[in-house]
Amino acid sequence: MKAPPRAFIGPVMRKEVRQIRRDTRSLVFMLLLPAFLLIVFGLALNFDIKHVPLAVVDLEGSRLSRGLVEKFRTTEYFDVKATLDRTGDIDDLMAREKIKAALVIPPTFSEDLLAGRSPSVQFLLDGANAMSGTTAAGYAAAILQSYAQRTTLEALERRGAGGATLPLATQVRVWYNPELKSARFLLPGLMAFILMVILTTSTAFSIVREKERGTMEQLAVSPLPASALIVGKLVPYVLISLASAHLVLGLGGVLFGVGVKGSYLLLLLGMVLFLVAGLGQGLLISAVTRTQQVAFLLSVLTTILPTFILSGFVFPIRNMPAVVQAVTYLVPARHFLVVLRSVILKGAGLPAFWEQMLLLAAFAASTLALSVVMLRRGEGRGPRRRAGRAA
Amino acid sequence: MKAILSILRKEFLQLRRDPKLFPVIFLSPVLQLLLLGYAANLDVKNVPSVVCDMDRSAASRRLIDEYLNSGTFTVAARVERLAEIDRYLDNGRAAMALVIPRGFGGDVAAGRTASMMLIADGSESQSASIGVSYGTMIAARHNQRLILERLELVRGLGPAPVLVEAEVRVWYNPELRSRNFMVPGVLGLILMIMTTVLASIGIVREREAGTMEQLIVTPIRPVQLIGGKLLPFVVIGLIDATFVIAVARGLFGVPVRGSVPLLFGLSLAFMLNTLGVGLFVSTISRTQQQAMLTSLFFILPQIMLSGFVFPIENMPKLFQAVTTVVPLRYFFVIIRGIMLKGAGWRHLWPQAAALLVLGTLILTLSVARFQKKLD
Repeated sequence: MKAPPRAFIGPVMRKEVRQIRRDTRSLVFMLLLPAFLLIVFGLALNFDIKHVPLAVVDLEGSRLSRGLVEKFRTTEYFDVKATLDRTGDIDDLMAREKIKAALVIPPTFSEDLLAGRSPSVQFLLDGANAMSGTTAAGYAAAILQSYAQRTTLEALERRGAGGATLPLATQVRVWYNPELKSARFLLPGLMAFILMVILTTSTAFSIVREKERGTMEQLAVSPLPASALIVGKLVPYVLISLASAHLVLGLGGVLFGVGVKGSYLLLLLGMVLFLVAGLGQGLLISAVTRTQQVAFLLSVLTTILPTFILSGFVFPIRNMPAVVQAVTYLVPARHFLVVLRSVILKGAGLPAFWEQMLLLAAFAASTLALSVVMLRRGEGRGPRRRAGRAA
Repeated sequence: MKAILSILRKEFLQLRRDPKLFPVIFLSPVLQLLLLGYAANLDVKNVPSVVCDMDRSAASRRLIDEYLNSGTFTVAARVERLAEIDRYLDNGRAAMALVIPRGFGGDVAAGRTASMMLIADGSESQSASIGVSYGTMIAARHNQRLILERLELVRGLGPAPVLVEAEVRVWYNPELRSRNFMVPGVLGLILMIMTTVLASIGIVREREAGTMEQLIVTPIRPVQLIGGKLLPFVVIGLIDATFVIAVARGLFGVPVRGSVPLLFGLSLAFMLNTLGVGLFVSTISRTQQQAMLTSLFFILPQIMLSGFVFPIENMPKLFQAVTTVVPLRYFFVIIRGIMLKGAGWRHLWPQAAALLVLGTLILTLSVARFQKKLD
């Protein structure tokens, strides 16, 4: 008579819990590291591009040119760090990263302006960082445009035509995040990123450790089925990470004012799917590797950069080439991010993100199934088991 | 010297034992770079937009044409009523909406202020804010054109007012490709992750397996032991750096304008820091799992506070102060400086000095702790 696999889950769980409890520091890190990182990143980071360090080369020094410089001085988008006499000095300052942009006003600025010729104002930009570069160029263009608009309107008024009304007024409304607060932008992305890294690394060691210590052999000769081993090892980590994820969520609400707008139950469901997906990725890594060293490297390499870059957290997925877009489907954080943004910021319901929920469930199920298959095939259990042990 | 060599030999033998280690160490950086090099693209174009034209006049069509011909926006849907926009933004099929209210054309013709509205999905970070700034820019240009047209009607006294548009010159990266910025960043990250992780695990593992005692009773001195253990990781780091630079240059066309020997030399200075941190982690960890979680505690904040994506000058003053002890911050200035700007020793010596000072400090501290643990 063989006992059903589910009879073995309890004992495996108990053993795993005992092992986790023995290592207090690891447990504390699993529980608190995400919250700590969220506080640090939430306070430190923002996407706003302000205070771009600027050098001004005013080759004219007239009333009009000083008026233009004043416009750059009074905006929070630029910090005038240097006032230079020659354009030759810009090069050096930019290579040293003292400035990121330079405004050059030609000696004929007011003469041109008053004669009705377009003055050739130059805006030199450190383009190394394309994102902040593009934005800074945009600010500069906007400042120049508003300067030009004002001079034009003054001219209109002098001629008594139309008065000083603008022909077109633009209202900008930002939905889901009216004040364009960075925390609201960032928080869902940070949550997904931090949790993913910690989740995968939490379980990445759970099986490979037994292989390296030689205890896997004992499990292999016992009647324990591979599926019970995987589920038994998974459950304690799901509970730990659920606590840690709620801590992160609570902090987002209390510290950064990003509360849950939509249904909490839906969020909880999405969260559990995501947690199992992340932990499943760790288990799979643990099942296919033979040493903790490789397991660690793999879990860090498959989470940090991919989650950061391929999840849509920073880089819009629609800009990526089709092949890379296809790869992003394998990044659980991508789907979870949609769920988080929909529920937390938009308060949208299941119709907006049911596909993502299915994809998360599929990812979680396939990593767990693959782990079971790899364990059954005895990957790393066989005679080469001792390969990774220290000499 | 002979002692170090024998430790070195032992380390390489051990590294070779796990057949999965070398593919992970040498192939994964290249794979990562490939994926991320293609993915890291912030150029905002083809932002899917909902167009809601309630006016349907010549004036409104003209504005919409300008909006769509800019190359930044594409039409996701054309709707009649404001309420219909919801649906598209809620499920993410559109990121922006352009609304032109009834009476727009009449206002323009009558010389009154006509209004339009831009709606952006504020939950989608970057592209929304860039989309808004492009959108308002198009509106501003349209504004200017309408003003000038109005002026045409009253041509007369004095010279005509002019457009003031800056001639923008972009240095180092004329096409403003985000890839040129991100790829050197990936090099720094990979170097940091690889060497920190390998160093932190490499030593704890020996302790966990109980072989550390065996090494201690040999006549090898602790400093020699550490040297022999860390040197292989330096070699691995340099090989990874070579691969990454070759792919960056060959496949992605990221320029290397400065001196390559200087880049490698300063990479060594950077590795003093990463190996120092790895060694430090291993002196405070009992198991490999502890070492792993503890090194994440050092790695993750470094990534975010280094200026990899989030510019340091936008951080609060307190955190700007914290970044001064983040070695990766200096290394990013160095890699990007050498690769993109052709910067040399003359420009980069402050960063190099910072790396040397920080690296020496952390490495000395770790070696001291390590020796104390052995005694």
